[in-house]
Amino acid sequence: MPFRPSARMVSRANVFDAKHKETPLPMNEILEGLVEAAKLIAAFDPELVEITLRSLQVTITAVVIAAAIGLPLGAWLAVMRFRSRRLVIALLNALMGLPPVVVGLIVYVLLSRSGPFGVLGLLFTPTAMIIAQVIIVTPLIASIAHQAIRDLWSEYHDLLISLNTTKRQRVATLLWDARRALLTACLAGFGRGIGEVGAIMIVGGNIDNATRVLTTAIALETGKGNFALALGLGFVLIALAIAVNLLMHSLSRTERSGTW
Amino acid sequence: MVSSILPLRIHAAEVKRRGTRLIGPIDLTLGGTGITIVLGPNGSGKTTLLRLMHGLERPAHGGLDWSIPEEEARGSRSFVFQTPTMMRRSVTDCIAYALRVAGTKRAEARARAREVATHVGLRHALDRSAQVLSGGEKQKLALARALIRDPEVLFLDEPCANLDGRATREIETILTDARSRGTRIVMSTHDLGQAARLADEIVFMLNGCVRELNGAETFFEKPATPEAHAFLNGQIVE
Ligand SMILES: Nc1ncnc2c1ncn2[C@@H]1O[C@H](COP(=O)(O)OP(=O)(O)O)[C@@H](O)[C@H]1O
Ligand SMILES: [Mg+2]
Repeated sequence: MPFRPSARMVSRANVFDAKHKETPLPMNEILEGLVEAAKLIAAFDPELVEITLRSLQVTITAVVIAAAIGLPLGAWLAVMRFRSRRLVIALLNALMGLPPVVVGLIVYVLLSRSGPFGVLGLLFTPTAMIIAQVIIVTPLIASIAHQAIRDLWSEYHDLLISLNTTKRQRVATLLWDARRALLTACLAGFGRGIGEVGAIMIVGGNIDNATRVLTTAIALETGKGNFALALGLGFVLIALAIAVNLLMHSLSRTERSGTW
Repeated sequence: MVSSILPLRIHAAEVKRRGTRLIGPIDLTLGGTGITIVLGPNGSGKTTLLRLMHGLERPAHGGLDWSIPEEEARGSRSFVFQTPTMMRRSVTDCIAYALRVAGTKRAEARARAREVATHVGLRHALDRSAQVLSGGEKQKLALARALIRDPEVLFLDEPCANLDGRATREIETILTDARSRGTRIVMSTHDLGQAARLADEIVFMLNGCVRELNGAETFFEKPATPEAHAFLNGQIVE
């Protein structure tokens, strides 16, 4: 199904014809893109609002789930001593570099009608996109959390042992005291998720009014040669990522001042 | 306190790291009351001995027994490290942490933490981040964190090693005060003056072994070993 742009979007889209696709993007296209972004935002374009909210919904849900898995996993790997620990950490670091397209493909196969989870009917829904993003984001969050907590653990080790803390208390203490670094881990996960296109394109299908998000819309418009519109959406995406980062940091800073 | 964890009996205990001996074999009984000072040159094994007693090092040979099972004795001991760990929390929360992990409710733990902090002279810094304290204040925080559990035995590893005279005196006052309230103190130092001011009993370490164990007066006036005699005279003993 095609992206149905609102009236003003169509007028911008018509600026381009097929020839433009081959030629390199001129510098002033960037400016045009900025103008386009400003116009889209200023007009509060309903289509734009919808896909932006969907982008946020998918990625924030995925990051929350990934954090719930990745943060305790990272802490657990930092505190526990077991034989296959190194293997698990190496695996985690390898998974961090998973190509999203491959993740998308695997989730697609699992969720497709003939696949093991086909009966759930999740393919081409935002849920499928969330599942794919959880798989992409969890190793990243777990790996960054593991490094931060490992460093803190080497500092806290003797104290926590001398206070006879239980393993559970140690993990909880490290998670809490490393909260700044863990917030950064979550924001890195958010950054990876919000800008990701390969996996959600495959499992979401870029369906108008259903699974279209900012990145898949950008891919679509670029494919159609609507560079200014694509760039405009791109700038909205960047602004969104910056806004979320600023918001999280200001929230964490107002919590308490001082050096931690 | 239900039943005393003392005396502690150490029998032929050795601590090894990757096959090499750090200390031992050590035979020692820790009982009675007061302050025991572990003296000895750098590298003689003072830190390792304290860590062994508190259960932070496992003996490769021999062993040690508290008068009640280790599981129960563990909660009645506190340890102050030479370089205290400052958690990413406020001074009050850092001190309260020692009670929180032992099961005390947050409000009660924080109230007790404020009392103990005031007692050690940190009243002015209750809401400050522990990270920004001065060296002496950090050491006092560590002391408060150890004392808040009301330990029967308190271990301290060179608590005044990096402090100036005034901070040292303040710490010593807190320690003599704890002693007078019945806390059994075991503390290492290489400061002879401090040992003379505080000690009821001296454990003199050399090359990972207890070279001499004596009452403080006897040790300082008539040391039994030539090495201790040389050490007291400021000579370098090895
Ligand atoms: N982690 C360690 N690994 C190897 N050797 C160590 C370690 N800790 C201490 N040692 C060695 O054990 C001996 C005793 O050290 P320590 O107990 O710290 O002495 P002290 O506290 O009297 O200066 C020293 O020779 C020291 O080098
Ligand atoms: Mg030492």
